[in-house]
Amino acid sequence: MGGYKYEGRRLPVQDKKARMKTHRNKMTEQDPLARARNFDEVNLGYDAETAISEAERCLLCPSSPCVKGCPVKIRVPEFLDKISEGKFMEALEIIKADNALPAITGRVCPQEVQCEGPCTQNKVSKEPVGIGYLERYVADLERNSMDRCCVNCSPPTGKKVAVVGSGPGGLTVAADMMRLGHEVHIYEAFHKAGGVLVYGIPEFRLPKAIVDYEIKCMEDLGVKIHTNHIIGKIYSLDELMAEEGFDAIYVGIGAGAPRFMGIEGENLLGIFSANEYLTRSNLMKAYDFPNYDTPIAQGKKVCVMGGGNVAMDSVRTGLRLGAEEAHIIYRRSHEELPARTEEIHHAEEEGVMFDFLTTPIRFIGDDEGKLVAMECIRMELGEPDDSGRRRPVPLEGSNFILEADLAVIAIGAGPNPILTSSEPEIELNRWGYIVADDDGKTSKKGVWAGGDIVTGSATVILAMGAGRKSAASMHRYLTGEEEW
Amino acid sequence: MNKVLMKKKLVSNIFEMEVEAKGIANKAKAGQFVVIMVSEKGERIPLTLADWSVEKGTITLVFMVVGTSSLRLSQLEEGDDLFAVLGPLGHASDIEDYGAVIMVAGGVGTAPIYPIAKSLKERGNKVISIHGARSKDLLFWQDKLASVSNEHIITTDDGSFGRKGLVTEPLKELLEADHDKIISRVYSIGPGIMMKFCALTTKPFGVKTIVSLNPIMIDGTGMCGACRVCVHGKTKFTCIDGPEFDGHEVDWNLLTTRQRAYLNEEKCSYDKFHMECED
Ligand SMILES: Cc1cc2nc3c(=O)[nH]c(=O)nc-3n(C[C@H](O)[C@H](O)[C@H](O)COP(=O)(O)OP(=O)(O)OC[C@H]3O[C@@H](n4cnc5c(N)ncnc54)[C@H](O)[C@@H]3O)c2cc1C
Ligand SMILES: Cc1cc2nc3c(=O)[nH]c(=O)nc-3n(C[C@H](O)[C@H](O)[C@H](O)COP(=O)(O)OP(=O)(O)OC[C@H]3O[C@@H](n4cnc5c(N)ncnc54)[C@H](O)[C@@H]3O)c2cc1C
Ligand code: SF4
Ligand code: SF4
Ligand code: FES
Repeated sequence: MGGYKYEGRRLPVQDKKARMKTHRNKMTEQDPLARARNFDEVNLGYDAETAISEAERCLLCPSSPCVKGCPVKIRVPEFLDKISEGKFMEALEIIKADNALPAITGRVCPQEVQCEGPCTQNKVSKEPVGIGYLERYVADLERNSMDRCCVNCSPPTGKKVAVVGSGPGGLTVAADMMRLGHEVHIYEAFHKAGGVLVYGIPEFRLPKAIVDYEIKCMEDLGVKIHTNHIIGKIYSLDELMAEEGFDAIYVGIGAGAPRFMGIEGENLLGIFSANEYLTRSNLMKAYDFPNYDTPIAQGKKVCVMGGGNVAMDSVRTGLRLGAEEAHIIYRRSHEELPARTEEIHHAEEEGVMFDFLTTPIRFIGDDEGKLVAMECIRMELGEPDDSGRRRPVPLEGSNFILEADLAVIAIGAGPNPILTSSEPEIELNRWGYIVADDDGKTSKKGVWAGGDIVTGSATVILAMGAGRKSAASMHRYLTGEEEW
Repeated sequence: MNKVLMKKKLVSNIFEMEVEAKGIANKAKAGQFVVIMVSEKGERIPLTLADWSVEKGTITLVFMVVGTSSLRLSQLEEGDDLFAVLGPLGHASDIEDYGAVIMVAGGVGTAPIYPIAKSLKERGNKVISIHGARSKDLLFWQDKLASVSNEHIITTDDGSFGRKGLVTEPLKELLEADHDKIISRVYSIGPGIMMKFCALTTKPFGVKTIVSLNPIMIDGTGMCGACRVCVHGKTKFTCIDGPEFDGHEVDWNLLTTRQRAYLNEEKCSYDKFHMECED
């Protein structure tokens, strides 16, 4: 797979030159001021004409750096060439060979560091081909026309597979194993399947109808989804095997435990983990309170600590819930922001303010225990740390007070211990993540794991890639092709 | 979906409900709880497992109507479905042979204390229950609690039944009379204020006092942090670190402050629901 080389149609030199002069087709978007107050999707999508025109910008590079950049090695030039010919469903089939959820990855992959970053057009003009936009286009087209490419399942093998956790990784394993003819059951702790795709990533970035549709398709394939089942409490992995008759298990439980800052005043009213804030809003639909019963605090001045996707999602949710001011408080600078470039750009357009090189050291409350301000300190960037990013160093004496009535902590998450702490046979690393080999095999026979619970918080496509590898390995094991 | 098999009103605003939940009943242990949703648009609310039956595959919940979700729950009828029931959650109570234990139950706390008392008694402890309510007509499960207690003391605030006064009075007397120090543990479950005062009462005697905390929760599985409380000066998540904690180490002010986080919204939601009910 790593050695992919594009061997399709070649472009004559003059066509290549002409294509190099073209500009990236803009995505149509909701007006920034309007969308900053609603939860509808920001990006409105390409139309057929724009999609073809964008696909026609591809240089069909034989070396295909885009494919190397994509964690699941989608055959990008091949699918782009199909789109340029207007053969949208054929393009989709090429994508689906490596990626079961293109409507989702097209929207949420950090394309600028994956497929689009190394794209030759990016080197030429800083305007890479809109690979993500096109992936999304063909997937949406299929969903909207209900013209699903027909998936054939192999004849039943009589083997039973349990998938614990219904995030993108678990869903990928389920789809793959189902197609290979195994009986698949997903166990999900929440009342709704989808993992971060439903509880974390907001509607304005990833409409829930898309996730629901994908899950419905999976159920149509025959996958059984058991929501409200927390593994480690209601069943142990051994019980799933011995009593419920499963032959293999995939653990894709994500990294959902919120991290706090451990500073004074962190339990004041008005301070939330990003998980709580986003779960209330997305999963429980608190933005539609009181039509939904779950409330959410409304801040006049919302401050979000962190600079990743989770922080951007939180701060933009704050704006949409009616904040007068919404700030990102980030201890490094603009350059180091780990969020997707598009989200940072969208947040800026919507009026989010960025306080760089800043971190809170104390939360200040009023007599009723409600947050009113934060004491912050300025930072400067020192030498690079383990992550390769420059380490922020506090500037002595730079303390100042920032007023805020709602704060969201979005500085990362850790592994949730419910399952892992009840399964001593599964080896964990020193941070509590599951140790798994390249095929996803854990130290417990018959149990695979992948996604955030193995890698720590990562991306949707990496979780899907891990799911795909585990499914392949699991299939070899179940068919007797490979020993444990 | 989990079917409601039995519902009955115990006293004015407290209901008992038996719900189908085979998997949970199989695994349930004293001290654990479930998170339920009445309907798809509902909140996720935590309720303690008050009882369960492995044979029937059922769990029993006892709840007080305090706001929208508990009111909606009380309006379900036998045969209706609960949208979601997740569990069993939280750590089980530590059931060991402590010698003698005092179980202090207040109000709706009588229900969650029952399975703990039962397990402690089965384990060979001498169980002394102090069972408090504001008045006689708010008492329930006296027989049930008595059946798992060696001694069963009832108090009412107004003296309409049993002893007049607060639960802390007999608690103090029992500890004072315990010269041989055979009482090595007190459990207290009820309103926050009662648990707090029980802990204050037992503190001078140095008797370990376990309380079951009830902060606001969402997932109940350790992923939101809404349920954080401060115990021993450290932040803990009630759902995965608790719900039982050492009452002498709990920051009670923080607990009550955080429980009031959504007072205005809760009122708005309750009023809206009431109006709909009247239409
Ligand atoms: C707010 C937010 C925004 C993000 N934005 C992006 C983005 O734009 N692009 C991107 O690529 N990535 C993004 N990510 C990261 C990405 O969502 C994750 O890397 C990915 O979802 C991990 O997938 P997973 O399959 O490992 O599990 P998850 O999606 O984490 O799902 C795990 C599931 O397992 C369930 N579970 C946990 N324990 C148990 C148990 N014991 N029993 C049963 N079920 C259990 C959980 O309830 C959950 O539903 C974002 C993450 C967050 C939180
Ligand atoms: C682990 C645990 C176990 C519990 N077990 C039981 C039980 O067995 N029986 C039972 O009746 N209740 C129990 N509770 C409390 C129960 O969850 C709340 O009463 C319920 O969530 C209230 O929801 P509501 O929408 O009806 O009221 P709301 O509208 O949410 O609240 C109405 C009033 O109740 C107060 N309140 C809100 N949430 C809580 C809470 N979690 N605890 C106490 N007061 C609260 C509010 O301050 C408000 O004034 C338990 C709580 C926890 C955390
Ligand atoms: S899956 Fe993600 S990285 Fe791969 S081609 Fe699609 S958008 Fe790019
Ligand atoms: S690198 Fe860019 S231009 Fe080249 S094949 Fe890939 S998408 Fe096309
Ligand atoms: S209820 Fe969410 S962490 Fe405890």
